[in-house]
Amino acid sequence: MSDAPSTPAKKVNRLGLELASYRGSKTTLCAGCGHNAITERIIDAFYEMGIDAKKVLKLSGIGCSSKSPAYFLNQAHGFNSVHGRMPSVATGAMLANASMLAIGVSGDGDTGAIGAGQFVHLMRRNLPIIYIVEDNGCYGLTKGQFSPTADQGSKAKNGVVNELPPLDLCALAIELGASFVARSFSGDKKQLLSILKAAIAHKGTCLIDVISPCVTFNDHEGSTKSYAYVKDHDEILGEVTFVPYFEDIHVDYEPGSTTNVKMHDGSHLYLRKIAEDYNPSDKMAALTLLHDTARRGEFATGVFYVEPDKEDFTTSLNLVDTPLAFLATEQVRPPKAVLDQLMEGLK
Amino acid sequence: MSVVNDFSIQVATVNGSGSQTANLVLLRSIFQMGVPVSGKNLFPSNIAGLPTWFTIRANHRGYIARKKEIDLLVAMNPETAKEDVLTLEPGRTVVYDEPLKLNALRDDLKFYPVPFDKIVADVCPDAKLRRLVKNMIYDGVLARLLSIDLAEMEKALGKQLGKKPKAMELNGNALKAGFKYASDNFEATDAYKIERLNKTEGQILVEGNAAAAMGCMFGGVTVVAWYPITPSSSLPESLIGYLRKYRMDKQSGKATFAVVQAEDEIAAIGMVLGAGWAGARSMTSTSGPGISLMSEFAGLSYYAEIPGVIFNVQRVGPSTGLPTRTAQGDILFAALNSHGDTRHPLLLPGSVEECYSMAIDSFDLSERLQTLVYVMSDLDLGMNTWMSPTFTYPEKPFDRGKVLDEAKVRELGASWGRYKDVDGDAVPWRSLPDTKAPSFFTRGSGHNAMAVYSERPDDYQNNLDRLARKFVTAKSLVPAPVVDLRNGAKIGVVAYGSSSFAMEESRDQLREQHGIETSYLRLRAYPFTADLDDFIRRHDRVYVVEQNRDAQMLSLMKMDLDASLITKLASVLHYNGLPIDARSITDGILAKEGK
Repeated sequence: MSDAPSTPAKKVNRLGLELASYRGSKTTLCAGCGHNAITERIIDAFYEMGIDAKKVLKLSGIGCSSKSPAYFLNQAHGFNSVHGRMPSVATGAMLANASMLAIGVSGDGDTGAIGAGQFVHLMRRNLPIIYIVEDNGCYGLTKGQFSPTADQGSKAKNGVVNELPPLDLCALAIELGASFVARSFSGDKKQLLSILKAAIAHKGTCLIDVISPCVTFNDHEGSTKSYAYVKDHDEILGEVTFVPYFEDIHVDYEPGSTTNVKMHDGSHLYLRKIAEDYNPSDKMAALTLLHDTARRGEFATGVFYVEPDKEDFTTSLNLVDTPLAFLATEQVRPPKAVLDQLMEGLK
Repeated sequence: MSVVNDFSIQVATVNGSGSQTANLVLLRSIFQMGVPVSGKNLFPSNIAGLPTWFTIRANHRGYIARKKEIDLLVAMNPETAKEDVLTLEPGRTVVYDEPLKLNALRDDLKFYPVPFDKIVADVCPDAKLRRLVKNMIYDGVLARLLSIDLAEMEKALGKQLGKKPKAMELNGNALKAGFKYASDNFEATDAYKIERLNKTEGQILVEGNAAAAMGCMFGGVTVVAWYPITPSSSLPESLIGYLRKYRMDKQSGKATFAVVQAEDEIAAIGMVLGAGWAGARSMTSTSGPGISLMSEFAGLSYYAEIPGVIFNVQRVGPSTGLPTRTAQGDILFAALNSHGDTRHPLLLPGSVEECYSMAIDSFDLSERLQTLVYVMSDLDLGMNTWMSPTFTYPEKPFDRGKVLDEAKVRELGASWGRYKDVDGDAVPWRSLPDTKAPSFFTRGSGHNAMAVYSERPDDYQNNLDRLARKFVTAKSLVPAPVVDLRNGAKIGVVAYGSSSFAMEESRDQLREQHGIETSYLRLRAYPFTADLDDFIRRHDRVYVVEQNRDAQMLSLMKMDLDASLITKLASVLHYNGLPIDARSITDGILAKEGK
């Protein structure tokens, strides 16, 4: 018998792929930036869900957050487009190939300010996309100006005070028609991973607002998006557990305190309740929760709203099964008889 | 003395009064009699209530540009009737609504008063419908006065109203009543006459926007994103109609296309580029203000090398300008659209037939060059009704450009770079998502040949230089100009787009009335090809005719041409919002020739 040490089997996912194959290029963001933690969770989520990266489209606008698609899923095609316009680019790409899984990464300025119009209409269309807002309340890449999610009264490094109330992107998304709306914190590994995995299973717009402190411009005292502030004021809606459709379900939650949301693809999203009457399919309950926590100066986190069977935009267009990008000539060029008929009508 | 098959009719009505049916019936009935014809709608930016004019030109020689002078006026609008009558040349004809008493204004015109309200009351018992039916009466009057066969009018009415029997009956009665009134009350027919010819056989009547929409469908468009704007909207709206009718998959009943009415023009072009990036044939249609909004994305397309097609149905600018008036005012802006060093190919359709054929070609060109292509139509081409030969079915297979397939991936192997010029034509190979080809990261920021982020000076400059070389490659792919060289001609004329028909007519005027022979080059695309240099070299003076104030096409030529050629160029410009006419061009050239 050989006593050569046996190499432990490498850990792989259901596609037989290692975690490393889901990585991207090296980050160029600041050390400690919350966005890097989000990137790590995205990598974990796609790995654990066993998604073929070749079937993923990564899209972004402009800003620190929008750089991050370069840092995950190297095997996927990526598109760092123009400021505030990721939603339209993503929409076009998904129309061209509705069989893809789109993940868009944006920031609070990219989404809440310059891109507010496109954000509104993407939510309204319920385009199938995981739309992540890496939310730090400031413009990092232009050195710390306030964004529309900066809290009223918070103070910038140069002493300027933000006098305007913030936008609540989650409340907006629920109101506008997104079918999966959640908030998390870049530092909350477990919750963020569960939410991302559930979003991968969902078909429709998943708006995930991730509080992600800017370590360079917005992590000081007086900033409501600093690590310290969020840790003290994070009201976790409940524990979020996600069980993909391909895993056995072992859940030890007591039935009375857990909501089981059956996702479109057969997966299960479990929300352990804080409030006994919280119902993630109730828009008004979700909006009330967001308003109440905001009034107390707290951030609710978790999955606020899910509508697993809401028709998504590409489905509503009744597209042929083959992606439009790959249709053969005879499918997209009508025969000569059609032209003849048109000409006859104009004579 | 009678004037046969060579005159213009102007119908002055109130916007929203239902005159469009009557005007198209009149137009079509002349067309059916074999006489070449064109129809132009001069309308306000308004839904109802403001003055509108419809001009029909009949011409036995086949001139279909606008005629500057009005020969026969139908005055239905009290608001404009007086001014309309006062601006006519002596000896012209006026059909008018009797209570307006226009005959008191001048004694050098031929007047035909018609009591429209009285006649319509007899043929249309329902008072609410009278306003809509009234206009058909002037068609009946004109049928009699101009000797247009009433049966042809009825046939044309059938074509317009088709399957609406009640409307057919009401309008048919009004038509007959008008004809009868004219027969009973006017002694003879007018000096202006339509006589049967055989010059419209095999021809169609169509608007440029509908023609372009057909071209998009046969060009295999799969993703359309648009935002409503005059005078472009009828292009995507026609396209939606055609796609729904002819592009549903037979087996599954599902759509082989996606059309999105976007939230604005920025989103429309964003969707077009997203779709082009993912491999679809995508297009949008807009006008000047939309082009302004699309500028940032236009630069992204140029720099990140993403295909897409923009139809620019030009209108009068700057700013909101005159939404319902025509111009060729976006040439310079479109060619250079976006910040930084940017250039875009322009296709310049000069007829409704080219609106169709260039729509088909635009997708090939865009995918071959991996860049936005602008099809520069305008309101005159797009929204007016033009006579045209029937369109030709495209036999040429699609050119989907340099897209990596498995064989090419094997051939290029690891040496593939998204922005690497491997073929010497400066057009790189692109890879599409959801294929076996390698992925890459697209960005509008600095990148090297391998599509990796780079701020290196040499990477930036090399990339920009390659893009310039790619624009040289474009010269060999765009449609060449149409050149008509005449022996001994010292003067050359250059025109493009909707100026083409007026330009051809003006050349006849110059030759026949002023003894000036000209050669003609009709531009069909930017970048310019060597044909333009040759043409200018052959002539002493070259007039560039265009419908803008700042000689925009000539300015583009100045950027590209040798200085010795530039000195030969002079401009003839028309920019009052009306379609260009031959007389204005002829007068402009004569003035510069010192004649």
